Amino acid sequence: MSSNTVRMTDVAIVDEPRSTKPAGATDGPATADSGGSGGRRSPSPVFGHPARAREVKDHLARVVMWLAFLLALVPLVWILWTVLSQGYHLLLQSEWWTNSQKGITSRREGGGAVHAIQGTLIQGLTTAVISVPIGVMTAIYLVEYGRGKFAKAVSFMVDILTGIPSIVAGLFIYAVWVTTLGLQRVGFAVCLALVMLMVPVIVRSTEEMLKLVPNELREASYALGVPKWKTIMKVVLPTAFSGIVTGVLLGLARVMGETAPLLILGPYTKAIATDLFGGYMATLPTMINQDRSESLQPAVDRVWAAALTLILLVLLLNIAGRVVARFGSVRK
Amino acid sequence: MAKRIDVSDLNVYYGSFKAVEGVTMTVEPRSVTAFIGPSGCGKSTFLRTLNRMHEVIPGGRVEGKVMLDDQDLYGSGVDPVAVRRTVGMVFQRPNPFPTMSIYDNVAAGLKLNGIKGKKKLDEVVEKSLHGANLWNEVKDRLNKPGAGLSGGQQQRLCIARAIAVEPQVLLMDEPCSALDPISTLAIEDLISELKSKYTIVIVTHNMQQAARVSDQTAFFNLAATGKPGKLIEIADTQKIFSNPSVKATEDYISGRFG
Repeated sequence: MSSNTVRMTDVAIVDEPRSTKPAGATDGPATADSGGSGGRRSPSPVFGHPARAREVKDHLARVVMWLAFLLALVPLVWILWTVLSQGYHLLLQSEWWTNSQKGITSRREGGGAVHAIQGTLIQGLTTAVISVPIGVMTAIYLVEYGRGKFAKAVSFMVDILTGIPSIVAGLFIYAVWVTTLGLQRVGFAVCLALVMLMVPVIVRSTEEMLKLVPNELREASYALGVPKWKTIMKVVLPTAFSGIVTGVLLGLARVMGETAPLLILGPYTKAIATDLFGGYMATLPTMINQDRSESLQPAVDRVWAAALTLILLVLLLNIAGRVVARFGSVRK
Repeated sequence: MAKRIDVSDLNVYYGSFKAVEGVTMTVEPRSVTAFIGPSGCGKSTFLRTLNRMHEVIPGGRVEGKVMLDDQDLYGSGVDPVAVRRTVGMVFQRPNPFPTMSIYDNVAAGLKLNGIKGKKKLDEVVEKSLHGANLWNEVKDRLNKPGAGLSGGQQQRLCIARAIAVEPQVLLMDEPCSALDPISTLAIEDLISELKSKYTIVIVTHNMQQAARVSDQTAFFNLAATGKPGKLIEIADTQKIFSNPSVKATEDYISGRFG
């Protein structure tokens, strides 16, 4: 008789059809958190305790998720730790930040990475300056204007660009710049190859950010008699600004660590060179490549240090981007 | 300042789908007209044709005439952007610009249309916020983001933003459906005040609201899903709610269907 009253309450609260099963076998809302509160073993008179099988599955899923997370974390921590421990001591010397490798052979210690750092920065920023307008405007076209076949074709092209290996981009520019136009291998050619890699990243990330801007804001702006282009400039872009900046920085980070086009188009030099059209120009990836080919300890040390410098550079860029994004959006 | 709207035989389409068919009505200046009817009957769609917002949706187009005094809104050579400056709109969900302060939200219509001058803007912002009964609540925090206000305040901010560009007509698409009763009351009071200066058209699902705020009421209905919505009848609000001439209107108002 008493179990019958339990069923009545059960029905009233859980809104579940009467069943012949005992109360303990049903899925009540109270079991949503089966993380193991103390009362798990003593069934509540109304909702019962969680079904055994579901509890097991829940735990299993939890364990698998944590394992996957740790598995993904292992190589990351490993790389960071190795690079940090092997590379930090050169970074502590002021010479590293002030000198180039000019006149320093792989047998000798000393010298710095200034030539490579500024090369990477110059090429990275030049690439960004070219890519950001192209990428952002393409994304604006795709989200705000693009309808029909042409937009689909553009979107498809961007997909293809996303997938091209960096060495293909490098070879393509080589074919155009050196083989067809007969020009020298220079830093600017590297930038062109990197643009091919960066544009699709910016297009895709900016597209996602623009799609996140609620349509209501566009309509609110139209309803005020604001033309479409101004709505995009003054309402849509500012709303998506921080997301776009983040996307640009991710693209830049990818591009700055890129190596294949540099090997093809950007011959390394140990001296400081700032002219994008002047031939030789060092970058961190090519510096790493150069010193990697030596087995002598001073060169190996420089490889680790250069790798760490590159990681730090990307990290700094990310922090800078976050700061810009925070101050850029007017949300006070 | 307020203008009369004359709609004759208007059909509204989404692509090839006819959403609203054969609407003819007149909206008097300085009056409130309410649109009621079941969901999907085309009230909002029709409302959006009154300031050419309908064509913002891909495939949206209309046939027929909408006259604002003696100007055909759909005449050749009419700039939809200019139409929207004359016919303002408030939406169902409050949608202040999240990147802008309260001040900038109200001034947005002017600023984005290239009107400058701090003194002029200050004046307009204060006047519009007064007009929307929001000034006293926000005057000390004009530089705070508009998104930080409560829902009802945000909606009044949106009304202030809409009246800052001094439209002739104000369209409201269920302006209170996302608000609590107290905010709703504030908005309804505001509508009664705004009536003295603007022609107001409001879509609402709340029949008491239609009865409270409007001078005339239009009832829309559709024969079946997939069929176009139609204007069933339009008359003085009192007549619609006490003695409608069509049975469907009476059924709807008395809650017998819909």
